[in-house]
Amino acid sequence: MTTDTLLTVADFSVVYDVEPPVEAVSHVSLELRRGEILGLAGESGCGKTTLAYGIQRLLKPPAVITSGSAVFHDESGEDVDINSLTIDEMRAFRWNKVSMVFQGAMNSLNPVARVGDQLDDVFTTHRPSLKKAERTDEGKRLLDLVGVGRDRYRSYPHELSGGMRQRVMIAMAMALKPQLMIMDEPTTALDVLVQREILIQISQLREQLGFSVIFITHDLPLLLEISDRIAVMKDGKIVELAPAATIYRQAEHEYTRRLLGSFPSLTGDRGDFIRGGQHEEGDQ
Amino acid sequence: MTTLDFRHVTKQYKVRGAGDMLALDDVSFTLTSGQTIALVGQSGSGKSTIAKILTQLERETSGEVLLDGEPIPRRGKGLRAYRQRVRMVFQDPFASLNPYHTIRHHLERPLRLDKVVPGDQVEDEVRSLLKRVRLEPDAVVDRRPHELSGGQRQRVAIARALASRPELLIADEPVSMLDVSIRLGVLNLLADLQRESNLGVLYITHDLATARHFSDEIMVLHHGVVVERGPADDVILNPQHDYTRALRDASPDPDKHFADPAGPATPRS
Repeated sequence: MTTDTLLTVADFSVVYDVEPPVEAVSHVSLELRRGEILGLAGESGCGKTTLAYGIQRLLKPPAVITSGSAVFHDESGEDVDINSLTIDEMRAFRWNKVSMVFQGAMNSLNPVARVGDQLDDVFTTHRPSLKKAERTDEGKRLLDLVGVGRDRYRSYPHELSGGMRQRVMIAMAMALKPQLMIMDEPTTALDVLVQREILIQISQLREQLGFSVIFITHDLPLLLEISDRIAVMKDGKIVELAPAATIYRQAEHEYTRRLLGSFPSLTGDRGDFIRGGQHEEGDQ
Repeated sequence: MTTLDFRHVTKQYKVRGAGDMLALDDVSFTLTSGQTIALVGQSGSGKSTIAKILTQLERETSGEVLLDGEPIPRRGKGLRAYRQRVRMVFQDPFASLNPYHTIRHHLERPLRLDKVVPGDQVEDEVRSLLKRVRLEPDAVVDRRPHELSGGQRQRVAIARALASRPELLIADEPVSMLDVSIRLGVLNLLADLQRESNLGVLYITHDLATARHFSDEIMVLHHGVVVERGPADDVILNPQHDYTRALRDASPDPDKHFADPAGPATPRS
């Protein structure tokens, strides 16, 4: 793996401009390496999704980026300051360089359009020079790549299982060979067997194609297995950023340890579980 | 001692255009008070069908369900009395509480309907139920569900299930909608209540780790068939059936991942 940097986020803040204003992301800085899987962990409301949206400028009012920058270091050597792109440049940048698998993605396919046509749309928009036959070929190749199979090209979303729909979304996110894929809880609604298949697939595709991944989830045990490094977020700040093994063995921040302790071990000791009565956690 | 017997229960759903779908195929088990059984399996394995039959939201196609040796009543007062003894906690605390009503109303209703305590003691009982689920009565009793956090709501839902003083509790994924840091708190609460009241609990989940730590026994369901059952530690640490092994191996397990001297399971360049 090369160690050069793909994305530099510096002093990034997002405020929801409501009364009173909420600083959802607070002065976050991080560097994402080329080919790396970076896990972004934290609980509901910690700002992880807002950060992911923010660096792609996908936020809507009342969210406002109040400080910082996200600079994308293109493989061509060019540096792109995402915040300073014009609307047309932004439209060309998104999906080409950075794509996203959204939360609940398996339900975000258009129910009345064939899967193949939805893949075709990506190419008609971003690769207008491709001929119809080339677009179809490429769409079918993508369905093979993610393990759905080209024979599903003409299927409607409801004819596919949840896991297959999720793979179609991943195929769509990979269509333009982006250098970064941001995945927001991509396997949360799936059961463990399907989740495992998809995780293995993501790892393999990353090996083959060399893209970077920002993988967002609250499932810390899962992140520990698939990530190179993990950033733990709380109240809009990254409280700890370290290689997965370090997070697992010697997490420095008290919150990281508490989050780890929230997951009873499958094969190890009981940990925090069932100590009867003395559990008064921070409900709010 | 309360005993619920599920005997050779089969459930077929009719699917339009696709014939019959066998959701449960000859499932038998016994749940007794004081015992916690976890029911695990992937989506579509039949877990919730068992819960629906136990609460008689669905009727079994064949087989028997017996409470203390008696077939469970199908309607009327008998069914209501049965449902007082066998209660359910649902997955989604955002959907299972009525947004129009206060927490007091939610807890008063089962107390009055099932005549658990005389009318003049209802208020005291509401407060004592809230205390049992570790909520401060004054802080929540006059609030409506949207004013509470997910964890608080699920505690209210548990208090409501306990109001009728049931003997058995069916908990269908009771913590999967909650934030991770409060899941253990709610499960530990359920474990405490289970011991205090000698409840029998059927814990339905797809999370093998909590199934192992929370329950005495684990039952593994696959395509409507119980493929393995046994003491919780045995089933997870030494699974006998291929499907159980597949489920276990698919579950994230950092302990195993980092213990492996060959390094991470996923190839790294």
